[in-house]
Amino acid sequence: MTDWPILSTVTFLPLVGVVLLLLTGQEGANGRRNVLNISLATTVVTFIVSLFIWIGFDNSNPGFQMVEKHEWLGTGISYHLGVDGISMLFVILTTFLMPFCVLASWESIEHRIKEYMISFLLLQVAMTGVFVSLDIVLFYVFFEATLIPMFIIIGVWGGKDRVYASYKLFLYTLLGSVLMMLAIMAMYWNAGTTDIVELLKHGFPAGMQTWLFLACFAAFAVKMPMWPVHTWLPDAHVQAPTAGSVILAGVMLKLGGYGMIRILLQMFPLASDYFAPMVFALSVIAIIYTSLVAMMQDDIKKLIAYSSVAHMGYVTMGIFAANTQGVQGAVFQMLSHGIVSGALFLCVGVVYDRLHTREISAYGGLVNNMPKYAVAMMIFTMANVGLPGTSGFIGEFLTIIGVFRVNTWVALFAATGVILSACYALWLYRRVLFGALEKENLKQLLDLSTREKILLYPLIALTIFFGFYPAPVFDVTAASIDALVNNYSAALQAAQKLALAVTH
Amino acid sequence: MTAELLLASLQISSPEVLLALGALALLMIGVFSGDRSSPLVTGLTIAVMIVALVMIIFVAPAGEAYNGAFMMDGFARFMKATALFGSIVALLMTFANAKSDQIDKPEFPVLVLLATLGMMLLISANDLIALYLGLELMSLSLYVVAAFNRDSIRSTEAGLKYFVLGALSSGMLLYGMSLVYGFTGNTGFEQIAQVLSQETRSLGLVFGLVFVLAGLAFKISAVPFHMWTPDVYEGAPTPVTAFFASGPKVAAMAILVRIVSDAFIPVVADWRQVVVFIAIASMLLGSFAAIGQKNIKRLMAYSSIGHMGYALVGLAAGSETGVSSIALYMLIYMVMTLGTFACIMSMRRADGTAVEAVDDLAGLSSTRPFMALVLTALMFSLAGIPPLAGFFAKYFVFLAAIEAKLYALAVIGVLSSVVGAYYYLRVVKLMWFDKPVGEFARTPGLLKLVFGFSGLFVTAYVLFGGPVGTAASAAAKSFF
Repeated sequence: MTDWPILSTVTFLPLVGVVLLLLTGQEGANGRRNVLNISLATTVVTFIVSLFIWIGFDNSNPGFQMVEKHEWLGTGISYHLGVDGISMLFVILTTFLMPFCVLASWESIEHRIKEYMISFLLLQVAMTGVFVSLDIVLFYVFFEATLIPMFIIIGVWGGKDRVYASYKLFLYTLLGSVLMMLAIMAMYWNAGTTDIVELLKHGFPAGMQTWLFLACFAAFAVKMPMWPVHTWLPDAHVQAPTAGSVILAGVMLKLGGYGMIRILLQMFPLASDYFAPMVFALSVIAIIYTSLVAMMQDDIKKLIAYSSVAHMGYVTMGIFAANTQGVQGAVFQMLSHGIVSGALFLCVGVVYDRLHTREISAYGGLVNNMPKYAVAMMIFTMANVGLPGTSGFIGEFLTIIGVFRVNTWVALFAATGVILSACYALWLYRRVLFGALEKENLKQLLDLSTREKILLYPLIALTIFFGFYPAPVFDVTAASIDALVNNYSAALQAAQKLALAVTH
Repeated sequence: MTAELLLASLQISSPEVLLALGALALLMIGVFSGDRSSPLVTGLTIAVMIVALVMIIFVAPAGEAYNGAFMMDGFARFMKATALFGSIVALLMTFANAKSDQIDKPEFPVLVLLATLGMMLLISANDLIALYLGLELMSLSLYVVAAFNRDSIRSTEAGLKYFVLGALSSGMLLYGMSLVYGFTGNTGFEQIAQVLSQETRSLGLVFGLVFVLAGLAFKISAVPFHMWTPDVYEGAPTPVTAFFASGPKVAAMAILVRIVSDAFIPVVADWRQVVVFIAIASMLLGSFAAIGQKNIKRLMAYSSIGHMGYALVGLAAGSETGVSSIALYMLIYMVMTLGTFACIMSMRRADGTAVEAVDDLAGLSSTRPFMALVLTALMFSLAGIPPLAGFFAKYFVFLAAIEAKLYALAVIGVLSSVVGAYYYLRVVKLMWFDKPVGEFARTPGLLKLVFGFSGLFVTAYVLFGGPVGTAASAAAKSFF
């Protein structure tokens, strides 16, 4: 079993589903059911296979595991895959969320279900690929390739302003990442390799790090998204179909955070240290400003989208605190946000499927006829706020501790963000679920169907489980993050010594 | 020249000899049997070209011929094979609608064959005189081909425009060559390089260099010598446009690479700034001007201007990486263009009228799913989005630019590629997001084959790109 290329299998297994889908027709109820069954089977099987990565993972090893390396494209670029404690859980998160996306689209996607599922499976390949690649060109290829299916998903199956939103998503992200492409090339000429493992050992000259950092930061900041380049996200979220939002919030945003940990922090420690105050400033603005903006929204999805930007602010803050708590918290926050925000979008999808509107004012008093839904929504709202006992708390708390050790002011402002998030989240909850059930069309709404229960209950369980017992995640990430933090401070100390030696 | 040397020269240039003899023989067949022999002559032309392609790849030995005027090296082999392949596919596509395009005359394939011969001579030119001869043989055939549909005003206009501007550029080229000859005393590329490396370059030579570059920039339709491109692309019959966009561009780019990397390599600083300017101007114009285009052939014309700009980024680097990246870029670009034109040629209504508006593609994904899928892949590839072939083409040219520390050029280049992505996305948007406006007639199998192959190439390049890239870098070794 050890020689089996498990990472390639997990990455490319959805392609089998794509081929099967291409061979089936989608005409009639039968065709539709076949398409749905094939997609569900593919994503579930991929998830099960991906669990073998976790089973075979050695928690004590900080390096890359399950490595595969082959020649690719001749000119120094290799097909090199591997996972460490940081990337492994993101792979699982991706494969875990995909079946939910398929289930969430079960009834809501009415036309061209086949193309829809193909796009999702291709998206899964690209996203998984980003987390497992150990060659920076391969990383970039997967990173950019996510845009094509996402563009199609939003543009074809999106809402009213879908064309605008899909263009904005595509061009914004492309603009950010082409600069990273140039940085990758500069790294290649400096280090003579595109292999991430080699690049991590290669110390880039201090002056060069600044530019490389800025170029790569542009790509990840847009993807993350950080204030002020976050404006594509609310548009994309509002227009995307439910499953599109789930995957966008759940996984796509994490590509940026993962890139920051893997490339910015580990390859350019000096520049990361130099720019950390800037990142803190941007993060704090993101946390406070977007929380305030979220309060003013009339659209449920837009509100959650802005809250995502705020939560990503904690992540960037934690990453650039560059200590164990900060990075641990950032990784945990990303995983937890992947589950919680995905679940919140699923909750929005539940009512949207019934009423076909996302206006907050169109709802009210749903708790009376949809009690199960109200409970589910309550738990995810609390997790989004960061209530102790939910997974949202752990991440936020750790990132704030991490940043407190570096800069107390940043921690103070970030903590006010927690209050603000409670404001908008609870207010949203009150306006949608509490109050009197007065609107006529709301009175007929049915509570969660079986399919929706299957969707939401596992996510509730995970949110609470990780809220009380986050150890499984920390066990996996601890070794790699310790090594990362040690290397980071070693690099900074070496640079300081050098500077001292020069001045004396 | 002794008989032995002549024999060796003939051997080295055997593919060209075959093409020349083939052109003469096929012209005779065409003349004596009239218009109805058109399919036969076209078929035979393709056969001759295929034999020449095989000879170029496997038979023709490397070396200099005709006292150094003709050069067969790794680079020439790669570029010739690419250009010839482009001509074969372009000619194959004429079968699909030859009658309604008014190109079903036996002279048409013969002219294409002569133009192809010109390309081959151009790619192998190792001397200013040989360069000019090859270029004129190619250009004169192209002028006629552009105006081939003489009953159409637009086609004759395109031919005339192309001819007048082409003659102007040939004049500039010739003037530049005379200056270069005057200031170095040589016409052979190696000898020019030798003279330039020994003495400090004079201002007159710089003038000559600039004129030569301007003349060649016209042929690859780089800004500011691009004005003919949109009109000619739009006016010429579509199969002719497809032909223009493939082989001739490859050949002109090849000779541009050869002349600067061979003859003018000692004065690299002088030509680099010209190439950098042309590259930046082409990339920017190609991206911005295409946004407002309504005709898909004009859109492709601006797209080709932009793409030549990207290829020139590799040239500006002036290194082995740069040359290999151009070779690869031209190959990938040619395959993408031919595929796109195969799709454009399939844009026919049921009554046989060809439509050319970009908006006619609306809703193609529900009426012609396969074609829409291929065209989507091609558009994303032209925009340079991974994992498609167009990304790798761009990747390597910018890699070369970064190696040569041309950071500003690279940054402007990638930013303009984002602008360019906008109009490629518009085509994708029309095909997928919009409602169909009307159905196209059944796609001829031949065109389906061409765009199917092209789509396969751009999507599967990630898997088999290794050998192609290796071949391109082997080709670049000829100069460095």
